[in-house]
Amino acid sequence: MKAGRTLLVGLALTLSHDAWAATPMSYLRTFGPAGYPVTRLGWGLGIISVSVVVIVGLLLLGGIFRRRGPRRLSDPNALAVRRDAGGMAWIYIGVGISSLVLIGAMIWTLVVTAVVAHPSSRPALTVQVSASQWWWALRYDTEQPSRTFTSANEIHIPVGQPVRFEVTSTDVIHSFWVPKLGGKIDVIPGQTNVTWLQADQPGVYRGQCAVFCGTEHARMALQVIAQSPADFRAWQESQLADAPRPATPEQQHGTRVFQSHCAACHTIRGSNAGGLVGPDLSHLMSRRTLAAGVLSNTPGNLAGWIVHPQSVKPGSRMPDQTLSGPQLAALMAYLQTLH
Amino acid sequence: MTEIAISSTTLPVGSKGRDASGWWGMLALVATEATLFAYLLFSYFYLASHSPPPWPPNGAPSLTLAIPGSLVLIAGSVTMWWGERGIERGRRWQLVAGLLLSLLLGIAFIVLEGIEWAGKPYTLSSSVYSSLYFTITGFHLAHVLVGLLILAVLLLWTGFDYFDENRHSAVSIGVIYWHFVTVVWLAVFFTFYIAPRLG
Amino acid sequence: MTRTETHRAPVIAQATDASPSSDTLRKNWEGPGGWRGWLSTVDHKEIGKRYLLTAFVFLLIGGLEAAVMRAQLATPDGHLLSAEQYAQLFTMHGVTMIFLYALPVLSGFSNYLWPLLLGSRDMAFPRLNAFSYWVFLFAGIFLYASFVMGKAPDDGWFNYVPYASREFNPGPNIDVYALGMVLLGVSTTVGSINFIVTLFRTRAPGMSINRVPILVWGTLTASVGNLFAVPAVSLAFLMLWMDRQLGTHFFDVSAGGQPLLWQHLFWMFGHPWVYAIVLPAMGIVSDGLPTFCRRPLVGYTAVALATVTTMVLGFGVWAHHMFATGLPVMSLSYFSASSMVIVIPSAVAVFAWIATIWTGRPVFTTAFLYFSSFVLLFVIGGVSGFMTASVPVDLELTHTYFVVAHLHYVLIGINVFPVVGGIYYWFPKITGRMMSERLGKWSFWIMFIGFNVGFFPMHILGLAGMPRRVYTYPSGLGWGSWNMVATLGSYLFAIGIAMFLVNVWISLKRGKAAGRNPWGAPSLEWSTSSPPPVYNFAVIPNVASRYPLWEGYMDDDEDTGGSTIHEGLLLDHGRETIGTTMLDAEPAVILKMPGDTYTPLLLALALTLLFVGLLAQAWWAVGAGVLLTLLATITWLWPQRKLSQIER
Ligand code: HEA
Ligand code: HEA
Ligand code: HEC
Ligand code: CUA
Ligand SMILES: [Cu+2]
Repeated sequence: MKAGRTLLVGLALTLSHDAWAATPMSYLRTFGPAGYPVTRLGWGLGIISVSVVVIVGLLLLGGIFRRRGPRRLSDPNALAVRRDAGGMAWIYIGVGISSLVLIGAMIWTLVVTAVVAHPSSRPALTVQVSASQWWWALRYDTEQPSRTFTSANEIHIPVGQPVRFEVTSTDVIHSFWVPKLGGKIDVIPGQTNVTWLQADQPGVYRGQCAVFCGTEHARMALQVIAQSPADFRAWQESQLADAPRPATPEQQHGTRVFQSHCAACHTIRGSNAGGLVGPDLSHLMSRRTLAAGVLSNTPGNLAGWIVHPQSVKPGSRMPDQTLSGPQLAALMAYLQTLH
Repeated sequence: MTEIAISSTTLPVGSKGRDASGWWGMLALVATEATLFAYLLFSYFYLASHSPPPWPPNGAPSLTLAIPGSLVLIAGSVTMWWGERGIERGRRWQLVAGLLLSLLLGIAFIVLEGIEWAGKPYTLSSSVYSSLYFTITGFHLAHVLVGLLILAVLLLWTGFDYFDENRHSAVSIGVIYWHFVTVVWLAVFFTFYIAPRLG
Repeated sequence: MTRTETHRAPVIAQATDASPSSDTLRKNWEGPGGWRGWLSTVDHKEIGKRYLLTAFVFLLIGGLEAAVMRAQLATPDGHLLSAEQYAQLFTMHGVTMIFLYALPVLSGFSNYLWPLLLGSRDMAFPRLNAFSYWVFLFAGIFLYASFVMGKAPDDGWFNYVPYASREFNPGPNIDVYALGMVLLGVSTTVGSINFIVTLFRTRAPGMSINRVPILVWGTLTASVGNLFAVPAVSLAFLMLWMDRQLGTHFFDVSAGGQPLLWQHLFWMFGHPWVYAIVLPAMGIVSDGLPTFCRRPLVGYTAVALATVTTMVLGFGVWAHHMFATGLPVMSLSYFSASSMVIVIPSAVAVFAWIATIWTGRPVFTTAFLYFSSFVLLFVIGGVSGFMTASVPVDLELTHTYFVVAHLHYVLIGINVFPVVGGIYYWFPKITGRMMSERLGKWSFWIMFIGFNVGFFPMHILGLAGMPRRVYTYPSGLGWGSWNMVATLGSYLFAIGIAMFLVNVWISLKRGKAAGRNPWGAPSLEWSTSSPPPVYNFAVIPNVASRYPLWEGYMDDDEDTGGSTIHEGLLLDHGRETIGTTMLDAEPAVILKMPGDTYTPLLLALALTLLFVGLLAQAWWAVGAGVLLTLLATITWLWPQRKLSQIER
């Protein structure tokens, strides 16, 4: 009994905690024009839905308790049956009102569909998103080809400007979704889908792959980092730069380890590593997380990931690496220069 | 029990033409099979519309064998219709002749189709188009085979003298399937041979 | 040899199952008994019970799978299951529930009840009926064989390509699913054909199309829907199997195949199918509620038409499962609008039920509790469908637990609740014993509360952004405690189901005798004894109104029809029943019904051998399967004198 009460109280406490604590993936409130009209519509339909349920519930209760029938049916007198005593009015009125509500909802839906189909101004920027099992490759396109660069898993965008996303897949179907900024778009191999997002407030918006795409579907997250246009430009400049040359002997040793173990899959611009199987690591240290949001980017996590990706994210397309202690140390020294 | 009366109306007993439940069952089977072909053809047009031109990749397939094939199938339906009419009037020989002719025509269709298949420069796994071509015509061919089997069994049963003008629902039911095979071919023929020539 | 009889003026008699004439009928209809009888029976009641039992076993298996999943999801970073195990579990859970439980359980009801509701002695094709059951059973075993080997299907019940293609999923998992579904499709198709022809052919005289119970309308509509929907999914799975094993390129992106072709074919089937697995269940409620409200259903015609309309419209909304796939705005708008229009026939039914309760005098039996609470659950599930029908909103909602909530409210609310209610309602008919009402009410409340506590939070999880099909989730996203609540609630629900099963078990042994018509119900099945005799009706009743057994009970005494229940066609020259005309049900033909036989079982085995051969790529087995299939079919169809199929 006591244990039961403790459990209940505990549950109630954590529930209220969860309800008020941050829900980074909730879209009950959105932060950009691709979301606002949708959120309003969603609340509208939600309120209609709850009202329908409440009304039907009340009618049911009313009907059930209004006039009880016989207690049991064994008694022959209880078997009397009412002749078809009307009731059609219920259908006419109920369906009539429902139809009006539905027509309203339909029109509202069509309007919002049209409104959010395209941003109101020309997008400032196009990001090519290429999804793979189980991470996101990014390419920032601009008019000048020389200012195009690649990155992974963390998308930076300028606040207050629409950004266009062109999404493709290298393998299976995924879905690109940043709930606080707008709806999903499936990422389908063999076709390029287009969507747009805009953040009106600086911040970090979490996103996640939403279509089942295999083993690590559950851990294929992404982040959108919305910055003031000035910060964004600064970030862009830093990303455009090549990775620094290794300075110390240890770092140089690290480069060689990287060349022999990692370069087949990873690119580091400004070095000989040009692999395309895994994320671009040119500015690895500028990212907040590793392996599509699974780990925060600390040296310990990084080293752990490099040696044992299969225990951190089982099934991941990066195999465990057999590195000696010094090799790992050298590699870490090198990787940590990649700001 | 009190026996009240003998009903004033006499009723037919057992399977007879459209009184047979099997007749209705066959119609339902044909409906679902026809839908199957509709989905096959939907797949064809869907993939066609999402493929880069030219479609079909090797140009529209030649009509040299397909037109005779179609005529042969249609003729096979006609002969079967004629055979069925025969047994409805109690002429067993006419049913036998109809069945035999239809069997021959059906086999002729298969031979023609076989020649056409053999002459194709591609195989089932060459391309999307070839996958569609062999799958859809193959589906149809399988239906022709089943149809032939039905005709053969009917021929056997006719040989056992099972049917006369009163009882021949097995024939009426089998014939529906045979006509269906012809009609479906026309749809397949139109899709593969005519549609690419239209646009 | 004498010629078979071609015409007869049938005898009209007065009889019940106690009359001497019934002995002849019993002799005609009784099978051999023992294990032989068990394997060869074609009695619709036997087959119906098997369908029900097998479907319930699958419900338990699927439910246990869900229970394991819920344990994994109860807390963040759960590590009870690996990702691969979880994928197989949710896939098999969905497959089991949707394909091996939800439709078969309704087929069970319909198989058992149809001839009784329609005043007939069996279905139009008794042997086909047995065949469809065996194939269903074997397909279920086929699908589960891989689960036991740890190689179960693992790409979700809708099995999107290219993840389901050989390149990304090389094991046998998907092949089992693909072939198993084609095999199961055979069962569904022949079952549907049987229902359709039964309705057209074997109703009692006078049971015109506007007098059949709504359950019949529901199953008929579902069956017609299946005829047009099932080929899409069978074809899709066959094409997938060919892509995987024969090198075709239908879905192969690198060669110009289209992943979206799969989605179109699947959902062209899938959406009509979800209605197929609820319309008969809604029929159960439409027929059960009036009994407990002591009045006819309000708006019979409207409800019947709504049933049909739902299915027709149901063929035009499939792309609402594909809103996020990048379809053009025009088609998004169309499918969004059509998905809202489809709410209207549902509204008709909902208000008809409410009106029936409101204007009736409800009797609070357990069955009534299930039926009336179903209305509420249907509306909750329906309005969440209404929200996802709105494209822009769905782009947020889709692929989240909001959809999981929707699908469980509709599936459990509109299928499981009516089914359990239906068992409480018809158990006396099927077994001759009443179920315990006391235990029944307890099991109801536990199921009702458990269900809502277990599944309502999934709406909230969906709105909090939890994607579906994740085997785990990190903490800090606000999902943890709601998941815990969902898990606890669903366990409570499971306890409710367990109590229901206990009730069935105890009542089978100790329930009090039911009598013919314990609920004072209106339809024909209640006119025969409980359980019904093998031949169903001692004489074929004559039906003159929609509620033949209520004709004497209407509270005013106007002319109420004049159905005759215990006076009608005797038809005792072997297994016989009456065939009537399609709309007005005038007697048209005396149908000869087949006796018990092994051919359905043999044919099902041959077909299964064929599919096992395909799976194992053992071509000798394929060849043998084809050959045996043909042989069994020909034997089956061989014209019989006994069935008056041949003259001499
Ligand atoms: C079991 C049967 C069943 C039923 C009956 C329904 C009924 C409906 N469904 Fe549902 N649906 C499923 C089973 C079902 N669904 C399943 C299994 C899935 C998930 C598949 C998967 O992804 O795994 C799904 C998914 C699904 C989606 C896709 C979601 C997504 O993946 O993003 C959509 C989108 O439109 C949808 C819509 C609807 C609608 C509009 C109805 C309507 O028919 C509901 C109509 C009824 C009512 C609305 C209530 C009664 C009406 C009134 C009381 C009148 C007043 C109401 C208003 C004014 C709103 N359903
Ligand atoms: C008729 C259909 C039906 C039914 C009845 C259920 C019943 C249940 N479902 Fe299911 N579900 C689906 C159809 C159904 N489901 C479908 C189609 C999907 C989508 C699959 C996909 O994505 O591919 C799905 C997906 C699905 C998910 C989402 C998985 C994911 O996306 O990751 C979850 C998670 O909680 C879930 C849970 C449950 C639970 C707890 C029950 C419970 O109601 C089960 C209760 C029953 C029992 C537990 C068994 C009986 C009880 C006993 C034997 C007593 C003893 C047992 C205990 C005390 C544990 N289901
Ligand atoms: C066979 C290919 C392969 C090899 C070899 C490989 N990787 Fe990876 N790597 C990947 C893939 C694929 C990912 C993405 C994994 C995921 O998130 O699921 C990845 C991810 C990473 C990440 C996380 C990047 C991010 O932004 O999240 C780091 C860091 C990394 N690899 C470093 C290394 C190092 C260092 C080596 C060599 C010692 C190496 N990798 C060798 C394929 C490879
Ligand atoms: Cu990528 Cu799920
Ligand atoms: Cu749907």
